Amino acid sequence: MSYPENYRYAKSHEWMLLEGGAATVGITDYAQDSLGDIVFVELPKVGQEFEAGATFGSVESVKAVSDLYTPIGGTVTAVNSALNDTPETINKAANETWIIRLAAKGSPAEGLLSAAEYQKFVAEESGH
Amino acid sequence: MSDTQSIAAAALRRTALYNTHLAHKARMVDFGGWEMPVQYSGLIDEHMAVRTGVGIFDVSHMGDIQLRGPNSLAAVQKLLMNDATKLQVGQAHYSAMLYPNGTFVDDVVLHKLSENDYLIVINAGTRHKDVQWVRQTLSGMGGLHITDVSDYYTQIAIQGPKAMATLQKVTPVDLTPIKNYWFTWGQVCGLHNVLIARTGYTGEDGFEIYVPSDEAVGARVWAEVLSAGEEFGILPCGLGARNTLRLESAMALYGHEISESINVWEANLGRYCKLDKGADFLGREALLQVQQNGGPIKRLVGLEMVERGIGRDGYPVLNLQGEPIGTITSGSPAPFLKKNIALAYVPMAFAEPGTEVGVEIRGQKIKAVVVPTPFYKRTKGVTAPAVLG
Repeated sequence: MSYPENYRYAKSHEWMLLEGGAATVGITDYAQDSLGDIVFVELPKVGQEFEAGATFGSVESVKAVSDLYTPIGGTVTAVNSALNDTPETINKAANETWIIRLAAKGSPAEGLLSAAEYQKFVAEESGH
Repeated sequence: MSDTQSIAAAALRRTALYNTHLAHKARMVDFGGWEMPVQYSGLIDEHMAVRTGVGIFDVSHMGDIQLRGPNSLAAVQKLLMNDATKLQVGQAHYSAMLYPNGTFVDDVVLHKLSENDYLIVINAGTRHKDVQWVRQTLSGMGGLHITDVSDYYTQIAIQGPKAMATLQKVTPVDLTPIKNYWFTWGQVCGLHNVLIARTGYTGEDGFEIYVPSDEAVGARVWAEVLSAGEEFGILPCGLGARNTLRLESAMALYGHEISESINVWEANLGRYCKLDKGADFLGREALLQVQQNGGPIKRLVGLEMVERGIGRDGYPVLNLQGEPIGTITSGSPAPFLKKNIALAYVPMAFAEPGTEVGVEIRGQKIKAVVVPTPFYKRTKGVTAPAVLG
């Protein structure tokens, strides 16, 4: 499993790439592996506004459903609608598969982690 | 982690194949007090292997109670709702243990090993309760020997259209004449007198074998069956696939479709319940009463999601006005059917196939429709028992 250095990570297992005022959000490699075969992604609508840490959608595998939390507040500028037909792309390439893009507003949610910190966090969570 | 959690974690039981599962990189979960593999390579691949080829499952967590002695037939007739006088030696059938009010202690498969010798296969999570129940219920009966033989066996299920071809490679016993829900004994992987039953919980053709429960034997049999099935693309399958397979086939799972608060008529398992078998079994009186009072007020049905969304266990079922009328007991994407399906309890007025309903998914009403079950029925051979006809 890999965690790009230039991403920041939430303890709820989303990654965020912040470039200027534009945030791109996906779920981590650890999250897709824990969920198993992903079959459904519930996406927000373009133009919806979210506070940092708010639920913006959900991702479902065959056996579980998991809410998605945005690591930063803002307005949705794009959703990856290809995931409606091929949600399994997330299993294949979690780091490269974005879910939403936001015009970021305000500061990121508290407690975001660096790649190294996140790796340590999931190692503890999974118990090895 | 709190102390109580540590104790609970430490108390999880493991089957003889535990190390084998770890070697296959299984993800392990707590299931009914057992640390079991939920998936190996991936749930969908495992599910599809069973529908199109063959899969192998460790089902050693299932319990087994043996009833022997001159009163054993009378005992099973009192204890279970199906008619055991219909069984021949070497035959098994689906049945259930009921409370006096007609609700479920557990569902079981009863095997007639020989005259005056029966084997009841029970669920993992209910093992302790079931054994207590059998002993308590039959305590006044002489001529009967009750043995909990759960830990004697490693139980391995080989399931799928290529199950027979796979198992045939490791046994000299001709498997062809064994009919669905019949069994025999014979040599498997060099072990003598292995119980070989044409049973399963996947809606597919298949076998369950019962081998001695020491770790070395289990690991060897598992490895030999895997290599026998290699040419058919065999995969080790976890409880995740076992659940979606049984759901596509609309087979009941204890704690979901059936429980101590659901009766036989509600669960639509009436065809396995023989009120007129000539023996007074536990639950019979209450079930007769329900029948005479006009039948159950709710019933288990199959649902198919019409709009995008996955109805899951515990989600409310709604009428067209959006009012709650029932509850989903098991719901999941169906990997083979590629639909989102569920089993749910609804009032009788909503039980007809074609009835439009809603499912509340995270605050939203998503359209669904009542459909006939089983959702999936294999085309060849005889089907295994299903919840609904």
